[in-house]
Parts: sequence; structure tokens; C-alpha cells
Amino acid sequence: MSPVFLILALVTLLSAVAAISFRNLVHCSLSLVVTFAGLAGLYLQLHAQFVGFAQVLVYIGAVAILIVFAILLTRSADTPNHAVLAPGWLVGIAVAVVVFGALGLAILKSEAISKKVPAAPEATVKQIGDALMNQYVLPLEVIGLLLTAAMIGAVIIAMRDDKEAK
Amino acid sequence: MLGEAIIKGMAVTAKNFFGSYVSKERLPTVQYPEERLVPKENARQFPFLVYDGDDWEKGLRCVSCQICEKECPPKCIYIIKSKDKKPDYKGQAQFYPARFDIDISVCMSCGICAEVCPFESIKMDTEFELSTGDRFGGLLLPKEKLAKSNEHYRKVHPTDAAASDAVLAAEIAKAEAKAKAAAEAKVKADAEKKPA
Amino acid sequence: MVESLDQLFVNLKHWALGFLPEALQPLVSAVLSIVPLVAVFGGLFAIVTIFERKGLGRIQNRYGPNRVGIPFTDIRLAGFGQFIPDGIKALIKEDVVPRAADKVVHFLAPVVLLIPVLLTYAVLPIGRNMTVVDFDAGVLFFFSVGAAVEISVFMAGWSSRNKYSLLGAMRGIAQMISYEIPLILSAVTVIMLVGSLKTSDIVAAQAGFTAGLPNWFVLTPWGFAGFVMFLIAALAESNRAPFDLPEAESELIAGYFTEYSGFKFALFFLGEYLGMFAIIGLGITLFLGGWHAPFPFLTWVPSYVWFMTKLLAIVFFFIWVRGTLPRLRMDQLMSFAWKFMIPMALINLVVAAVWHFMAGTGAARWVVCALLIAGPYVLLGRGLMENKHLGKRTYRFAD
Ligand code: SF4
Ligand code: SF4
Repeated sequence: MSPVFLILALVTLLSAVAAISFRNLVHCSLSLVVTFAGLAGLYLQLHAQFVGFAQVLVYIGAVAILIVFAILLTRSADTPNHAVLAPGWLVGIAVAVVVFGALGLAILKSEAISKKVPAAPEATVKQIGDALMNQYVLPLEVIGLLLTAAMIGAVIIAMRDDKEAK
Repeated sequence: MLGEAIIKGMAVTAKNFFGSYVSKERLPTVQYPEERLVPKENARQFPFLVYDGDDWEKGLRCVSCQICEKECPPKCIYIIKSKDKKPDYKGQAQFYPARFDIDISVCMSCGICAEVCPFESIKMDTEFELSTGDRFGGLLLPKEKLAKSNEHYRKVHPTDAAASDAVLAAEIAKAEAKAKAAAEAKVKADAEKKPA
Repeated sequence: MVESLDQLFVNLKHWALGFLPEALQPLVSAVLSIVPLVAVFGGLFAIVTIFERKGLGRIQNRYGPNRVGIPFTDIRLAGFGQFIPDGIKALIKEDVVPRAADKVVHFLAPVVLLIPVLLTYAVLPIGRNMTVVDFDAGVLFFFSVGAAVEISVFMAGWSSRNKYSLLGAMRGIAQMISYEIPLILSAVTVIMLVGSLKTSDIVAAQAGFTAGLPNWFVLTPWGFAGFVMFLIAALAESNRAPFDLPEAESELIAGYFTEYSGFKFALFFLGEYLGMFAIIGLGITLFLGGWHAPFPFLTWVPSYVWFMTKLLAIVFFFIWVRGTLPRLRMDQLMSFAWKFMIPMALINLVVAAVWHFMAGTGAARWVVCALLIAGPYVLLGRGLMENKHLGKRTYRFAD
């Protein structure tokens, strides 16, 4: 474990904890941005440039902005007065533990971890593109179709009903 | 077509940009401290006290009637009347201001003082470069600084000065006529007295 | 001689590095690449603010700043010393933070703005062999890091607890998100045809000349359309007139940085200009041949000089646009982005593909591609103008 990894992991974890424990929603979402940035740093540290940059572009550039925008549009900027912990926090922790356990087991059992990692596979952007467009073209197209459908649905919901308006 | 007007607009500003380097008409700015506009005759800044002749103390027209002090809307004129009298332009003995201050940080350049003065002694100046580092004392002008010659007045407001000169000349003529009449009456009276 | 002048800075760095022990070299090399870059573009910022004020002045038939020259002397330099007192003023002004403001976020916002903006310079090839880090996914890096600017805008606008700031931030984010799409889509055409996200590859693909003209992408139908759209989107991304709604002095005072003063305000100002330079630099790399010379007989001029010349030329163009066009209204801005720019950018993608597959057909592909762009342009433009989404507005109750 290199010091860079330690620092990045620490930043990511701390900001993730901050993201769920701040009272002010905007502070939470800003901490979430730091978490995303930390994750991107971890990807870069693994020499996965493309994934790292895509993480920043998609999560910081789009998801985080959407979150803060939604907060801005729906709530006042005042800090809510109720407690940070929801009433059902015990159940929540139980669910989290179960999910974490399942994920951890799956990862530990998988072959990927038992194999000795071949020293940093340098995946170039070209390779990623080739893989997406040849080997995984069907999943890609399906996802594309799904997203398009979602977008059309959103547009239809947002569209003003002209007949009703008049 | 979309974008046509943008290109037209860009041409206009480009013409302005390059034109400003070649034609004086496109650059009307006067670079003030080096270049100056000829002052306009109707310009007015702050009042000054007019004096005749060479000696400002002797020639000061003001008779300390304090009308201007009372009329000044922001009350920025401060006058102390003298105890003694001195002869005015007609040779008549008059009071004079022992102290005459105008606080030009308060003065609003309305020109009312010049309007109401019955003795043509306070007029509006065109001097505007009066900035000073001392914001209290430097802007409180005593009568030494306020006093300016009639020649100055003729220079800055030729038309008004001519009118004011005419009024004064008429006054003098009237006074002389009166004096003459008085003298004649006196002569007459003397003549009448003699035979008696 | 020509060669050494071109590589002067590269060789200088290598020479300086030679004196250092092996272990220190990577670190010092990074510092030696970054410091001059920041210094040069910081200096450019200072000069451009003067050019902007003087240029706008001339456009509006006045002089602009022409008094301040070298301090403590009578030399006026036609006003080019103006940035010195401006900078000093910004530095020594009181730093006012509103009492209701969210202090931490308020403080962090200008920093969060400046860091990504400076990071984007890492992938710009400002000369032959003069890229700080030549990432494999350089263009993606540029866009992804640039996206963090929006976070800063939000932080500044929200933390100030001021209606104007918040409105400015909302406008800013909405505008940046909308125009990021045509910006990236127009860049994608180039990436598609070059087949690489590496900035140095993109520049290399535009090397050489045909018939005395450079092989720049801007000189192809799709490249020209892409370049124009890139410039428009870049104007919007850098919040410059006519897309300065987030700042809109006459409506929102200064938008999201209304509540900033002193040095923090200067940081916002600097960040904005540096962001503009960076995005122009990317435009040059993508469409204007990067650091390549425009004519074969001018190739002896050092590459970085060409980059800077092109950069300044576009900056002057931006100043010219700012002096000409009035600010858009919010709905016009959005209509323009979603109903004109994005469709056009998508069509341009198709055109670029057509261009690629018609290689070797000579004049035919020029005609086909030009028609494929001009047709939708005219039709879209006419449709939008008729529907009153763009163009003149008629008021129902006014006039
Ligand atoms: S100009 Fe007006 S304000 Fe000034 S001293 Fe005369 S009356 Fe007063
Ligand atoms: S300036 Fe005129 S009005 Fe004022 S006190 Fe003197 S004579 Fe009277």
C-alpha cells in the first residue's frame, strides 16, 4: 500500500462519512463531490486513466450538479433541526452490514482476487473503445436504448399539455 | 438568415474600432488636463466677490447687507458686518464685510446669492479646479480668496458683466445727477438766501 | 538555429535537470513545466484585461485606460501599466464576508474554481514537445476537469446567502450544462476522425500542407461548422458576453460572485480568464492546427509563437463579440442551446462520418458535406426564427 493510496482512501472514506453525517444537505452533497474525486484518484492510481476521467466527468460534472440543483430547487437553504439519524437507524445498519457482507464475500471468493494481478494492465482508450464496439456492442446498444427511452419519458412528462393549458 | 444581423453588427463595431484611430469624429473624448474645452459663458460653479480698481479691500462692492446670507438655501455664507464705514464706488459711506466666508463644500451652485444681491457685488465664477487635500479648511473660502476683480468678471461672463456695468453706470449717473441737482438746489438756495 | 529556437524551452529544461540527482528529477521537471506556464498565462491575463478595456473603449468611441504606465515615472505606455494598480487594489481591499454566509464554502469556492482551471493547462500542447502531461485521454481529461468549475459556481452562489448570487449560480449552472453538450459534441467530430483522445496526436494529424493551405480541420466543412459551434459554446462556458447572464451586471450585480471582494474577487476574475484561455487553447488544438504554422514559408517561426498568436487572435475576437452583441435572455439562451446548437452538433457528427467515408472522391465530398451542413443550418435557423424561439420578439402588452 503506497502512501498515495492511503491518503486517497482516507480522504474518500472521511468525505463519505461526512456526506452522511452533515446536517446541511448542501454540505452533504459537497462532501459527496470530494468522495467522487477521491474515487477518481483511486482509479488514476490504478493507471485506469479513462475510467478516472470518466468518473470525474460523469459524477462530479453531472451527477453532483444534478444533486445540488435538485436541492436548490426543492428546499430552503436553512439547516433542518431534526436529528441526523433516522428513527430506523438500527435496521439501516443491519441492512448495510448484510449488503457489505454479501459484497465482501463475493469479492473474496471471486477468481479475480486469487489470481496474481499482472502488473498494471495499461488499457488504452483505443482498447476500451474496441471492446465496447465489438465484444460488448449489444449491452452498449441496450443501455443506449434504455437511456433514450428514459429521456423521452422525461421529456413527455415535462412537456406542457397544450390542450389543458388553454 | 440566422446570423446575418450578427455579422452586420460586427461590421459596425469594427468600423468604430478602426475609425477611432483615424478620424477625430469617432473619438470625441477631450483628454482633460492636457486638452481643455473653451468654457461656456453660462457655466457657473461657485460665487465670488467683485471689486473695482486695483485694491481688493478698498474696491469690494459688497456692503454687507446680508441679503445673500439669508437667501442662500443651504446657508453656506457667513458674514460679519463691519463697525466702521468706507466709501463705496459712488463715494457713499457704506458698511463692508469684516468677514465673508463661503463654504463651497456646502454651496450647491444655485446662483441665488448672485440673483438677490442688489449691489452687483456677488457673482458666479467658472473656476472648477478647486480640489484640495484639506477637506475642511481648504474648502472654506474667506473673502481674500473670494475677491476677484471686475475684469475677471468681464472675462468669464462678458454679457452679464456688461449688463451689470450698465446698471452701475446708471446708478452712478443717477447719483451724479442727484448730486448735481442737490448742488444746483444748494446754489439756488444760496442765491435765494443772499438777497435776503 | 531554427530548430534550437523552437525547442529552446524544452532544451533549457533538460539542461537544468541535468544538474540534479536522479531522484529529484521528476519533481523538479514537473515544477519547471508548471511554473512558467502559470506565469505566462497569468501575465497574459493581466495584458488581456488591458486589451479588453482598450478595445471595448475604441469600439464604443472612447479611449479606454491610457494613463498608467511604469510606476514612479512619467512613462505612460499607452495605459498598459493599468494592471499593476488594479492588482494592488484587489490585493489590499478589505475582504468582506457576509455575516450569514457559509464561511467555509464561501472561502473554498474561488480555490475550487482555480484548481481545475489550472489543471486543464496540463494537456494543452502549447508548442512542439511542450505538453506538460500527454495523457492518453487528454481531451477527456480537459472536459472532465473543466466540469468541476460548475461546482465552484454553485458553491460561490449558494454560500453567499444572497438572492443575486443564487440566481447567478442557477443561471450559470444551467448555462454551463446546456452548452457543455454542443462543446463536447463538436470536439467529438475531431476525435472521431483522428481516432485519438491524445492532444499531441490531434495536433500531429493537422500537420503538413496541401496546395499551400494547412491541413487544419477548420478548413473542412465539418471542421468549420464544428469550430464555429465550439467558439459559441466556449463563449458560453467562459460566461462571456453575449452569454454573461450569470454575471449580468445590470441585473444581478455580479451574479455568483457578488459577495466576494478583494483578493477572492480577483481569484474569480483570474479563474474566469484562465478558463477562457484554456478553452480557446483547446479549440486551437482541435481545429486550428495547434502550434502548426499557417503557411509553408512561415514554418521557421517557433511553434509556441504560433500557439500564442492564435490564442490572442481568438481572444481579440471574443473582445470584439463582447463589444458588439447584447446579452441574451434566459429563454433565448436555452432555446439556442437545445434547439439549435445540439441538433447542429449532431448533424455535424454525421457530416464528419460522411466526410470520412467519402475519402478519395475529391470535390464531391466537399460539395456533399457543405450542403449537408448548410441545408440544416438554413432550415433550423428559419424554423426557430419563425417560431419566435430566436430572433425578434413581439410583445403583447408593451409597445
Ligand atoms: S450659489 Fe447658492 S448655495 Fe452657493 S453661496 Fe450662492 S446662494 Fe448659497
Ligand atoms: S454680497 Fe451682496 S447681498 Fe451679499 S451681503 Fe454683500 S452686498 Fe449684500
